[in-house]
Amino acid sequence: MDLPAAPPAVPSRSFRRAFGDLAAGWAQRQLWGHLGWQDIRQRYRRSVLGPLWITISMAVTAVALGLLYSQLFGQPIQTFLPYVTVGFIVWGFIQGCVNEGSEVFITNEGLIKHLPSPISVHIYRLVWRQTLFFVHNLAVYFVMVVVFGVNLGWGSLLAVPAFALLVLNGTWVALLVGIVSTRFRDIPPVTQSIVQLMFFMTPIVWVYDMLLENPATAARARFIEFNPFLHFVEIIRRPMLGQSFEPRYWIVVGSITVVGWVMALLFMRNYRARVSYWV
Amino acid sequence: MISIDVRNASVDFPIFDAKTRSLKKAVLGLGKAGGKIGTDRRIPVIEALRDISISLRHGDRVGLVGHNGAGKSTLLRLLSGIYEPTTGTSRIVGKVAPVFDLGVGMDPEISGYENVIIRGLFLGMTRKQMEARVDEIAEFSELGPYMTMPLRTYSTGMRVRLALGVVTSIDPEILLLDEGIGAVDAAFLAKARDRLHDLVKRSGILVFASHSDEFLMELCDTGIWMDHGQIREHGPLREVLAHYKGRDPFGPPEVEEPPPAADQRKAEQENDAEDQAVEVAS
Repeated sequence: MDLPAAPPAVPSRSFRRAFGDLAAGWAQRQLWGHLGWQDIRQRYRRSVLGPLWITISMAVTAVALGLLYSQLFGQPIQTFLPYVTVGFIVWGFIQGCVNEGSEVFITNEGLIKHLPSPISVHIYRLVWRQTLFFVHNLAVYFVMVVVFGVNLGWGSLLAVPAFALLVLNGTWVALLVGIVSTRFRDIPPVTQSIVQLMFFMTPIVWVYDMLLENPATAARARFIEFNPFLHFVEIIRRPMLGQSFEPRYWIVVGSITVVGWVMALLFMRNYRARVSYWV
Repeated sequence: MISIDVRNASVDFPIFDAKTRSLKKAVLGLGKAGGKIGTDRRIPVIEALRDISISLRHGDRVGLVGHNGAGKSTLLRLLSGIYEPTTGTSRIVGKVAPVFDLGVGMDPEISGYENVIIRGLFLGMTRKQMEARVDEIAEFSELGPYMTMPLRTYSTGMRVRLALGVVTSIDPEILLLDEGIGAVDAAFLAKARDRLHDLVKRSGILVFASHSDEFLMELCDTGIWMDHGQIREHGPLREVLAHYKGRDPFGPPEVEEPPPAADQRKAEQENDAEDQAVEVAS
């Protein structure tokens, strides 16, 4: 059969298609918004308390570890408990984005092979789900604020843009790690061990400032600044605890955001169309 | 203007086995600068589709025929945009509703009602549109009070009915149907056919892969014969079917048609077996 001249097609490997995917995924927010909720309800289906369990388990972990470490390090409970709680909540979000990001396309194989949706839909669903977890966990934080009288000021509002940055970074990480892991199936266990390790290297159950105040450890403690996770935790934890604004954490996070998105977009450009072949 | 334009498109599946699908192999592979051992491709590739060129416009009703593993399902996925061609180009304009597997996107733990909404969202509808159709779907699928029960309490037939109800309630611009949507009792199927006809009428472009000649003739007017990942013939459905079957399935019963030679049939079966393996691997 004779075919009419085809209109020019945009090549698969182009930034236009990569951005197009992100935009088309965003347009389907009704779908991933619904699925994100569904994921949470699904996990606690038929349980009496339902998603309240997210909040309860976070409260139990934070209180138990907060009490334990405050005694071990000789820290006052009224400051240490909110500190640990915020650290855990933020870490939960980071860990969720990285770990689930590494399997995001693999677990959605059925959907990817049967329904032509932008791959970003799965990313948005994941980050949205993690955001919902985060919000559930915030309840524990607000209780701590009231109980221990955490001194919040106008500066605490910085937590909002800080969380926005966290979401922005969670998105590129999930995209990048997700694409690479779909091709190389050794990546998920590798990232999961790295995240596990980074939890101990990041000041969450211990206090960075404490190490700086101690002359014996101060010089070595500075190396912690090389841990990118420190900066992500600090930009949001400091305002949430009413601590002073430290520009350097924001500069580091801002730079990582830019560099990370550039990398993720490059991967999107080159390998977006390969994901359905690889899963 | 809805359209599908595919030019010289090929779909190659890389087959990563447990060994090659690892970072170790890739990293070590890069280091091997010395002896080139005759292989330019470290990963075996299956050419599922080769040199496909198709243009479809509004009103086209295409039936896909071919042996198992000839590339029908892969072609449908190419036309839906799930696979972008490895070489060549494809351009798809319009809202695509692929119906390859009735179960995909269905969650056994949530109610039939919720499944209707989610499945509809997956097929590109909005929440509001689906909510407006829920009653009609419930009526068609004859589920009644079961709509509020979790899907896992349904029998297989009930699930198929619900899925068919959703699929036939949408307004697709490009409708892609894969065979195997007839797994319901005959009485219900007759009812489903009417709805299927309406659905096809509403859709702008239809591509339908099936082994049922009658069903194909009912819904389509042109045909594409897929053979070993290539388009063997593209033309009026009846002609294509006649060439594919070696006789006109709707013509007068002729007896002059000689049966295919035994060895050729055997070869075809072997090819089928190979293609089957390809299909599984993809």
